[in-house]
Amino acid sequence: MGFKTPLYDAQIALGAKVVPFGGWDMPLHYGSQLDEHHAVRRAAGVFDVSHMQPVDISGPAAKPYLQYLLANDVDKLAQPGRALYSCMLNEQAGVVDDLICYYLAPGHYRPVTNAATADKDLAWMQDNAAGFDVTITRRDDLAMLAVQGPAARSKAEALLPEFIRTAAMALKPFHAVAGKDWLLGRTGYTGEDGFEIMLPAFEARALWDGLLDAGVTPCGLGARDTLRLEAGMNLYGQDMDENTDPLAAGLGWTIAWAPPERNFIGRTALEARRTAPELPRFVGLLLTGRGVLRAHQRVLLGGEPAGEVTSGGFSPTLGRSIALARLAPAAVPEITEATEVAVDIRGKAVAARVVKPPFVRNGRPRIEL
Amino acid sequence: MSDIPTDLKYTDSHEWIRDDGDGTVTVGITDHAQDALGDLVFVELPEVGKQFAAKDACAVVESVKAASDIYAPLAGEVVEVNRALDSAPETINADPYGEGWIFQLKRSGDDAAQVLLDADAYERVLEDEA
Repeated sequence: MGFKTPLYDAQIALGAKVVPFGGWDMPLHYGSQLDEHHAVRRAAGVFDVSHMQPVDISGPAAKPYLQYLLANDVDKLAQPGRALYSCMLNEQAGVVDDLICYYLAPGHYRPVTNAATADKDLAWMQDNAAGFDVTITRRDDLAMLAVQGPAARSKAEALLPEFIRTAAMALKPFHAVAGKDWLLGRTGYTGEDGFEIMLPAFEARALWDGLLDAGVTPCGLGARDTLRLEAGMNLYGQDMDENTDPLAAGLGWTIAWAPPERNFIGRTALEARRTAPELPRFVGLLLTGRGVLRAHQRVLLGGEPAGEVTSGGFSPTLGRSIALARLAPAAVPEITEATEVAVDIRGKAVAARVVKPPFVRNGRPRIEL
Repeated sequence: MSDIPTDLKYTDSHEWIRDDGDGTVTVGITDHAQDALGDLVFVELPEVGKQFAAKDACAVVESVKAASDIYAPLAGEVVEVNRALDSAPETINADPYGEGWIFQLKRSGDDAAQVLLDADAYERVLEDEA
C-alpha cells in the first residue's frame, strides 16, 4: 500500500486502474489510456499530480542557495510569478532530479520535485544548505492538479477562486500567480496549453469534481507518459538519472553557464564534460518498420550498436511508435537528422529514422512521417 | 469481474482456446489479459505454416504499457492468422473472444502433457493472482 492523494477515493469511484508509482497509489487510467490521451490533445484532461512534492525555500539566502543548488539560474526569474525548469546535479554532474522552481516572493521560492525522488531530494537540499540562511519546508498540505489541453484554461476559469481568476486567465506561458496557498502556473507536461494548480489539499476535491462536471476528462499516469513523450519531454529515472549528466540527456539548454563565476553543484564536472572531444547525443526516433519502441532497446547503425532507447512507446497522435534515445559518442559524427538507423526489437533489426523532438505540440505533428 | 465464457478452454498464461471441431483450434487472449494490458497498439502475428510445440512463444501483443508474449496452448501448425489485427489491434480490447482472435492452429497431437483449464479452473487462476 502506498500513499494516497486527497483524490484517491474519487478516482476509485471513477473506476481507476491503480498502480504503485514512486511510493504512491496512482491512477494509470480510467478505462482507456488512448481516449485520455486524445482528450488532452483535442479538448481538456485533468491529472492528479499530488504525488509530486512542493518544497518551500525561504529566508534571506534563498536566492544564493538556489543559485548554488540548481544548474539553471534563478536569477533569470526577473519577478515573482515566474517559473524555471532546472536540473539539480551532484558533484559528478549526474542528475539528482529535475524540477520546476517557482519564484513566489523575494526570499521565497518553491521547487516541485518528482515523487519517487522526494525523500532523496529533501535530504540533498538539507545537506547542501550549510552556510545558507534558509528554511526548507516540505509542503505536504498541498494537492496538485494539472488541467491540460486546448480547452483546459477556459474550462477551468469559472472554478478558480476570484482572488486569482483574472490574473490566471491573463498569464503568459511559464508564468504563475499565487494567493492564499493557491499557486497556479501556465505550465504542464503534455505539450498543450493549460494550468498546473497547487492548492490546499482540502480544496482539491471540489476543483476535481468541478472540472469533471465541466466535461474535462480524468486522465491517468499512462496518458501523462505518452503525452510527455510526444512533447519530447524527459522523464526522470528513464531518460536521465544520477549517472547521466544533462548534456547527455538533451538538457544542455537548462544549464546556465553565465555568469562564469556562479558556482553551482556539478559545475566543475560539467565544464570538463562540455569540452570533451566526443559527447553522447540525445535524439528522437520514429519507427518506420513495424513494432513498438521501448526503453533499453539497442539502436543500431550499419548493424553495429550505436546507442540505446531511453523512453519509447506508441504515439497515439501519430499512430506510430516514437522514442527518445541516447547515441554513443562514436556514432554521433555519422548520425544527423533523418539518418536511417535500426532498433533491435526482440532480436530483429527494425527500421527507424532520427528526428528532432518534439514529435507533437499543440495537437499537431511536428515531424514528417 | 472479467468475462470467462464456459465453452472455451484456457491456459494459466491467459490464452483462450476454441475447439473448432475439425482438428484445429482458434486462440486468443482472455478478457482479463486484455484488461490487464490496457489499450493494445501492436500485434506481431505468427507466420502461417510455422510449427510450434505447446508453450512456445509464438506471437506478441503490445499495449500502451508493455509487450507480452502469447504462447501456443497446444502443439501444432499455424494455419490462419487474424490479419485484421495489423491495422486494428484494439479489436482485441473490444472483442477478445470474437473478432479479436489471434491465430488458428492445426493440432499435431504431440501435446499430451499440456493440460488446458476449463472456465472454473481459469477463474481460480485469476483469484489466486489477485
